[in-house]
Amino acid sequence: MKLEVDRERCVGAGMCVLTAPDVFAQDDEDGRVRLLDRDPAEIGDAVQLCPAAAITASE
Amino acid sequence: MTTSVPHLTELPLERPKGCPFDPPAELGTLRDEHPLVRLTFPDGHEGWLATGHAIARAVLADPRFSARQELMHSPLPGAAAMVEMPPAAPGMFIRMDGAEHARYRKLLTGKFTVRRMRLLSERVEQVTTEYLDAMERQGTSADLVTAFAQPIPALMICELLGVPYEDHEFFRLNVLPLNLPDAPAEEQEAAINALGEYLYKLILAKRAEPTDDILGELTTTELTDEELTSIAFLLLGAGLDTTANMLALGTFALLQHPDQLAVLREDPERIDGAIEELLRYLTIAHTGARTALEDVEIGGQLVKAGEAVALSGMAANRDPLKFPDPDRLDVRRNAAGHASFGHGVHQCLGQQLARVQMKVAFTGLLARFPKLRLAVPAEEIPMRTDSDIYGVYALPVAWD
Ligand code: SF4
Repeated sequence: MKLEVDRERCVGAGMCVLTAPDVFAQDDEDGRVRLLDRDPAEIGDAVQLCPAAAITASE
Repeated sequence: MTTSVPHLTELPLERPKGCPFDPPAELGTLRDEHPLVRLTFPDGHEGWLATGHAIARAVLADPRFSARQELMHSPLPGAAAMVEMPPAAPGMFIRMDGAEHARYRKLLTGKFTVRRMRLLSERVEQVTTEYLDAMERQGTSADLVTAFAQPIPALMICELLGVPYEDHEFFRLNVLPLNLPDAPAEEQEAAINALGEYLYKLILAKRAEPTDDILGELTTTELTDEELTSIAFLLLGAGLDTTANMLALGTFALLQHPDQLAVLREDPERIDGAIEELLRYLTIAHTGARTALEDVEIGGQLVKAGEAVALSGMAANRDPLKFPDPDRLDVRRNAAGHASFGHGVHQCLGQQLARVQMKVAFTGLLARFPKLRLAVPAEEIPMRTDSDIYGVYALPVAWD
């Protein structure tokens, strides 16, 4: 799947990092999401769990 | 399109007899048929109550619903005196919307990341060990609240923020009345003033001599003293009482569910999942509220501009549409998606800190005391039913 994150929307809650630590990381400076892998096989519920709807996945 | 829905004259808060962990039975019955109903707020406002998981999440994620303080109507009894709230003071960002809120939050999110909080594990372990040692030295029984559940998060938040721990008793006493809506208004006001003054002085001291902690680091940003004082206030308030109650009430719940405790004792690796389940099952921050900025159609109803929607987190977290067999504590279930840290842009900033502390503290406690048990009958445990953070006032426990 193809992933995109919207760093403007991100509120740095870290749910994505908890859910899929190999795919997402948080910026040490401002806590906002960074993608480690744009094309992962598995991200669990990360899209659904993000409180700010900052992650989109497409096939 | 607006069909007739039940109209409650007050928020049900009474827990069923003998089930201190369950939400009021009325909320459950209501939710399954009408996840959004009318509610008369204590200040006389005619608004709404959301009890369904999907609807509560939708409201929290929708920018047409505001968290602004001056629009707030609290559903909690005793809050009636607080009508006509002023706008949030500079820095009180949980009661702000949009760019104003984001500006403050962004200065803090980097300090509470998953990675940074996990780096704290070792320190939490040291602190936990100290308190477990002290409990053991004390004999074969203790009040888990004062011996363990309160001091660990208090010490951690103090260290993290850079508040001298020697002063923790002072602010523990002054944070408590703020979470008790029934406490006399003068008492609440005195607590707010005492805390504010203390924190303001602390900020001035840090400005004069910057320290290596969150408040110290924040003095190097563009934030004013007033803003910093509010932020310190918020973080201290949010970090103390919540985790303390999760630790005490969580232990109580596990002791009352020996089968679940056994699962965890057999396989301590299950702790992460068990914590999410305890967060869901107990929902200590059980209510919240938002106010519609414009007319919004939601759940088949028209919520009009200016109307408040109270959110029952505890009802949402027991929604069978989201969590099968929701009234069962099941540490093996996948409880991800619970609403205990909220949802939307205000979702709890300190949630990763809370997770790390719970993981280390629960693990340490269970490992140290294999025979941990209640020292009094469960009915005698004093429950915090008068607080906007649910929990226990004391938890007498014993071991061999
Ligand atoms: S879960 Fe969403 S809001 Fe939280 S850090 Fe990840 S992308 Fe940002």
